[in-house]
Amino acid sequence: MYSRAYKTTVTIPPLLWVTVFLLVPYAILFCYSFWSVSSAQTIVHNWNLQNYLQLARNPIYLQVLFRSMRIAASVTVFALLLGYPLAYYLSFHAAKRKDLLYQLVIIPLWASYLVRGYAWKTILGSDGVLNGFLQYLHITHRPVDFFLYSPFAVIITLTHIYTPFTLLPIYASLEHIPRNLVEASHDLGASPWSTFRRVILPLSLPGVLAGATFAFVLTLGDFLAPLLVGGPSGIMISNVVVSLFGAAYNWPLGAAISFCMMLLVVTLLFITERLEKRLAIS
Amino acid sequence: MTELVAHAAASGSAAAPAPPILSIRRVIKRFGQRPVLRGITLDVASGEFLTILGESGSGKTTLLRLIAGFEDLDSGEIWMGAERLDRIPAHRRHVNTVFQSYAIFPHLSVFENVAYGLRAKNTPTSEIPERVTRALAMVKMGEFAQAAPAKLSGGQQQRVALARALVNRPRVLLLDEPLSALDANLRRQMQVELKSLQREVGITFIFVTHDQEEAMALSDRVALLRAGLLEQVAPPREIYGAPATAYAAQFIGQTNLLRAEVRDGIASAGSIVWRTLGAAGNATYSLRPECIRLVAESESAAMSSADVATARFRGRVRNQSFGGAMDLIEIDCGGAYAIRARIASPGILTGEREFEFTANDAVCVREGEPD
Repeated sequence: MYSRAYKTTVTIPPLLWVTVFLLVPYAILFCYSFWSVSSAQTIVHNWNLQNYLQLARNPIYLQVLFRSMRIAASVTVFALLLGYPLAYYLSFHAAKRKDLLYQLVIIPLWASYLVRGYAWKTILGSDGVLNGFLQYLHITHRPVDFFLYSPFAVIITLTHIYTPFTLLPIYASLEHIPRNLVEASHDLGASPWSTFRRVILPLSLPGVLAGATFAFVLTLGDFLAPLLVGGPSGIMISNVVVSLFGAAYNWPLGAAISFCMMLLVVTLLFITERLEKRLAIS
Repeated sequence: MTELVAHAAASGSAAAPAPPILSIRRVIKRFGQRPVLRGITLDVASGEFLTILGESGSGKTTLLRLIAGFEDLDSGEIWMGAERLDRIPAHRRHVNTVFQSYAIFPHLSVFENVAYGLRAKNTPTSEIPERVTRALAMVKMGEFAQAAPAKLSGGQQQRVALARALVNRPRVLLLDEPLSALDANLRRQMQVELKSLQREVGITFIFVTHDQEEAMALSDRVALLRAGLLEQVAPPREIYGAPATAYAAQFIGQTNLLRAEVRDGIASAGSIVWRTLGAAGNATYSLRPECIRLVAESESAAMSSADVATARFRGRVRNQSFGGAMDLIEIDCGGAYAIRARIASPGILTGEREFEFTANDAVCVREGEPD
């Protein structure tokens, strides 16, 4: 249908882009993960598995990885708990307010990530909005300092940042449910709650899965929120990578961690994609 | 159960004085400022096959959705026996709907689709397989019980939708143009099956369609809806033979509308003159094309204008389209009149010929907006 020349013209640029900016850097990263750093702070190009063995032996890396996964799982759960009801309301009950509310969900995505991170810093800090409010109500008598610089702060911040990413695919899948299926369910004697449980929820699962994947994967790779509000106890695996590529100057070890993370995420995406396909009927 | 309900259906003809199963009283519905139903009053007899017939935008689907409970009415009442139907939510009404687009649940098997209503109403689990199997057998879909809906054709989904509704033994089954998405052959076949199914189960059917032939073929009674008002409610033969209004006459079958002046029991429209019982003044008459006969040329000379029980008129044959047994002929009678006649294929007609019709076949009809 299209000429050969046309096909070539449209495929070459993206192919080139992916090769130069994705495949080549990954290949370099992969190579680095088998090298090491000499005592003279130079990278030695002798191939070995030292970096990977170190990851397996030193429990600190696994601990941080597990903490990252715990935080990612928590953010996913909270983002779903916040995002699903809002998406449901938007899709089924917002009527005339739909467009306005949808925009209100989208607008925070235009604000810089850093601004939102700092906003939480001023809310959760020891002289922040939350502490001021609690003292005003006489619930606490002096500033509480465990809000900020904790995994809790990271979870709150990232839930705030990634809830729209979770909401959008859920909203899209809810919008795709033919309304006459809902009517048919009522018609057959199912109450609104039963209709939700037996028709709406099952048909929106592909969206839930896509939203959950967004929240989990994006959180797992996040390093700014822990940097801003996490403190030492809120350190996540990406912060380790950042420091290895920076101050610690151990690119090979950082590359090995990165590569493991990438493997983890790709596996996860592969599984959820298969699941989504199975859930999406018709 | 089948025998029992079949008996009920036989005795539940439209003429029976039994109290109506469904009673629609002065129902008004607006969408924003736009009136959709402007005061509908209609009784539906138990076991009846009632068709709500109308053009798109006449409000027929809205009326059905009000009965099902998918819309709230602005004023009026809907009763089912002693129960005020319009005050209870859709899921508590003993009414089921077959949707135009079938609305089969894509994530459930055919079996689970049909079982949906039974499970929703907490039917004992032990009863479900048997009832579902029987319902599927009734629509000849028994072998597809475990199939996924996406693998079924439109006609098959239609059958599943029918089984899914009937398995609940509703008191009234609502059908929203269920056959409109099927091709012509399948459609005719489904019409026959639907009619015999209705006789078999004896459930009251309220069937919505815009297809007047379908309405005539299936219904015990037709309720003709026009712009939110009922134009005429009558059995198909009556609505065809004695249309109350010019609109009814034109919408159901083809007709000629003769605008006549009546004086002393004689109606005259242009050169056509016939005897009538109608009151003096201007009136509109509907004359079906098949009521017009061609007068043999040998008889034509013996024309007697005195006999107005059989009206005769001359006209030039303007157009003749061959239709197998019957030809459709357009007769130019001079002036504003062109009359269409359906005549047993007479060979090719040319020039001016004489035609006749029995005066009683010209039915006086009301014209204009109903009010």
